[in-house]
Amino acid sequence: MEPIVKLENVSKCFEKDKYVVKDINLEVKEGEFLTLLGSSGCGKTTILRMISGLEHVSVGKVYIDGVDVTELDPTKREVNTIFQNFALFPHMTVYDNIAFGLKMKHVSKDEIDKRVKKIIKLVELEGLENRLPSEISGGQQQRVAIARGIIMNPKVLLLDESLCSLDLKLKRQMQIELKKIQKRLGITFIYVTHDQDEALTMSDRIVILNHGIIEQDDTPQNIYRYPKTVFVADFIGESNIWPGIISNINKEIIGVKISDNIEFAVSKKDLDKVGDKINILIRPENIKVSSNTLKNSIEGTVKDIIYDGAISKLFIEVIDNKIFKVNTHGIVNFKENDKVFIQIEDDDIIPIRGKKHEEK
Amino acid sequence: MKKNNLFKAISIIPVIIYSITLILLPLLYIFFLSFQKNDSYGGIIYELTLTNYFTIIDLTYLKVFLKSALIGIITTVLCILISYPFALILKNKSSKVQNLCTKLVMVPFLTNSLIRTYGWIVLLRKNGVINATLQALHITNAPLNLMYNNIGIIIGMTYTLLPFMILPLCSAVFKIDKSLIEAAKDLGASRMQIFKNIIVPESISGVFNGSLMVFIPAIGYFFIADILGGGKEMIIGNLIKNQFLTARNWPLGSAISIFLILITFILVKIYQKLGGKMDDLGGM
Amino acid sequence: MKKSFFKNIFIALVFTFLYLPIIILVIYSFNASKMNVLFTTFTFSWYKTLFYNKDLLEAFFNTLIIAATSTIISTIIGTLSAVGLNKYNFFGKSLILKLIYIPIVIPEIVLGISLLSIYTLTKLELGMFTLILSHIAFSIPFVIVSVRTTISKELNSIEEAAKDLGASPLKTFMLITLPIIKPGVVSGATLALTLSLDDVVISYFTAGPGSNTLPLKIYSMIKTGITPDVNALSTLLLLATIIILTVSTITQSRKVVTK
Repeated sequence: MEPIVKLENVSKCFEKDKYVVKDINLEVKEGEFLTLLGSSGCGKTTILRMISGLEHVSVGKVYIDGVDVTELDPTKREVNTIFQNFALFPHMTVYDNIAFGLKMKHVSKDEIDKRVKKIIKLVELEGLENRLPSEISGGQQQRVAIARGIIMNPKVLLLDESLCSLDLKLKRQMQIELKKIQKRLGITFIYVTHDQDEALTMSDRIVILNHGIIEQDDTPQNIYRYPKTVFVADFIGESNIWPGIISNINKEIIGVKISDNIEFAVSKKDLDKVGDKINILIRPENIKVSSNTLKNSIEGTVKDIIYDGAISKLFIEVIDNKIFKVNTHGIVNFKENDKVFIQIEDDDIIPIRGKKHEEK
Repeated sequence: MKKNNLFKAISIIPVIIYSITLILLPLLYIFFLSFQKNDSYGGIIYELTLTNYFTIIDLTYLKVFLKSALIGIITTVLCILISYPFALILKNKSSKVQNLCTKLVMVPFLTNSLIRTYGWIVLLRKNGVINATLQALHITNAPLNLMYNNIGIIIGMTYTLLPFMILPLCSAVFKIDKSLIEAAKDLGASRMQIFKNIIVPESISGVFNGSLMVFIPAIGYFFIADILGGGKEMIIGNLIKNQFLTARNWPLGSAISIFLILITFILVKIYQKLGGKMDDLGGM
Repeated sequence: MKKSFFKNIFIALVFTFLYLPIIILVIYSFNASKMNVLFTTFTFSWYKTLFYNKDLLEAFFNTLIIAATSTIISTIIGTLSAVGLNKYNFFGKSLILKLIYIPIVIPEIVLGISLLSIYTLTKLELGMFTLILSHIAFSIPFVIVSVRTTISKELNSIEEAAKDLGASPLKTFMLITLPIIKPGVVSGATLALTLSLDDVVISYFTAGPGSNTLPLKIYSMIKTGITPDVNALSTLLLLATIIILTVSTITQSRKVVTK
């Protein structure tokens, strides 16, 4: 199937040779909820603005539904944007805000009325038609912003950090609602955020960006479970990451040393050879702690304990002064300086070979 | 794309034409004139010279510059002395009273400054209202010389320029977080300490803004010096006016103007160095 | 108690200082004596003579024409400029941004003589046209600054939203930008009007024979002798100002209430 949005070697520089976005290739499938995730300045908003046409493309091509729109004015692109802070027209009522796009298209009054009423029902804003944006709640404002975008029947809806100004509780609620609306409408959503939780909750696919380059492009599950780069591992969730070196290769298993006395065994890949640098990732929730020795366990000392509601965070120092972050559910019975044993399943030891390795 | 460019043209071309023809070129022309010679009939001889600049470092001119500066400084200080207590007292009033008072400061401002200056003649002259009142109350025996001297000029300048100090200072003082002052009181600071350590640092940008908007006009408002100084007292403004309209020595007048522009730019640079924003100067 | 009493006295004194010259003029406009010294008897006669003082009335109407024309033009140019300077980048923009502050900070007299010089150089005849041009020249920057205060980052994204929904730049300006920046435009226009009505210095240099403005007329009268009908005119002007100000305050506060 033809991708609904396609970026082909797209780059953007605002000043000469200073790339904000560099050589991006991206295909978005129809009906997909795609999230561009990254910290501020990673180029995610710039990519979104190049799709909407609000920003010019320096190099490369943008296709929407198979048509090259690289030089097309935003007013003529069949995409709409939900802006950060919603950018509602403060002097217009909810109704006029939603009707604005259709008025610009010179749609007949009756038609506008019909469609606006339908959308208002869809996003559950009945009764608020004549209020000004300042007179409704943040959640309602967001629904107006979405209604204003989707009434144009866009092929793609672009959302620029559209939830970040809401408070936590409302944000959670709106995340679910947004996902629901997307499913109901079947419109492709491209969502930009710096909030990893948001990305993991809502997306079908996540693209992680760093300094204008795609670090990883995968499903939320795979991104969390098998990050391809140290950056991704660090950015998504909590992690224990250690640089290591392949010390020996034994058929399908390789040994990775992270210090003089700690070696992890992971499965081999084709190009691995002794002396290669490999990073080891272990998620804190995948480490078991016990006061008794377990099979293949490492002995350590509890250095610090932080209670964080549902989970307890333990910092356990083992041989060679390595400290493991460990998350356990509920309250633990350990105290500081207690002797403990930690155990990690083989499957939970994730090697990160770095980008070069992947491309080969 | 075409429509886009049309609006860009409509919104940008007028300001470009305006700022070049009505700001840049006139000033460049003045700059150019300041290096030309003057013939005895008020014409300009196009010949490069530094004569005009040598002329203005003459003692008689320097005296006028010094006096202008002095009048400007006294006016500025007087305005600060009136505006600070005014702003501080209003700070403790409700925002309704604050709004009303700042509006009331602006009202006289909306009538012509010459009309108001003329009002001061009626008040200040020998047989004017103030002298008549003072004598009627037997405070003075003979009429005081309140105008046709430096006192008259300073009164007139302070009066005309006071709103330029009150308004920025008020907006700076009103913005100071009340909890800051309460916290300082709580920590045992005296009223003087609160003023010195909290109010002044927090409102200093307003003071600089006001000082700039008071001092610069105060050295140029020739009509106040003319009317309330009786034409005997000169400030830089009168000097320039005379060169352009009476003596008709435009190159010399231009040189003095360039000197005045230089002073202005130095003051503005200082203002910006101290963290002042240019946009704050134009608003009222 | 005592403290607040002295504080209120201080505020009252400041206002006395600000209003005294105006009040005096109002009082003397009803004084039968021509000398402005002692108040003899109450009279309206100066208001009558005002209507026969052709010179004074002509100067007054000139002032009104100049103020109205220059306010309208400078408000239009200033508003468009503020929006354009915010929206677009172009060659020389930083220079333009510096130039527009010059009329705000340099002494009026310098602007006055430089305009006079350039008019003379280009052989532009001094008169109503040069007066209006000069008033536009010093008003535009104030309008720009005043409009800029209402232009925020949010406005940029609101304008982008309109563009995204298919509005042309002109439609975006008329339907979205203008209603949002209206407070800045109104205060800019008020400022331009005030500056124009109040101006003495720049008019002094750029007026030609036969194009007297009210301030210039009064200036020359102060030297030759002021007639009390000037007091009457000032009083009427003051009354008009107060009425306009009150009406605008009431309508503004009403809007706040209905919102």
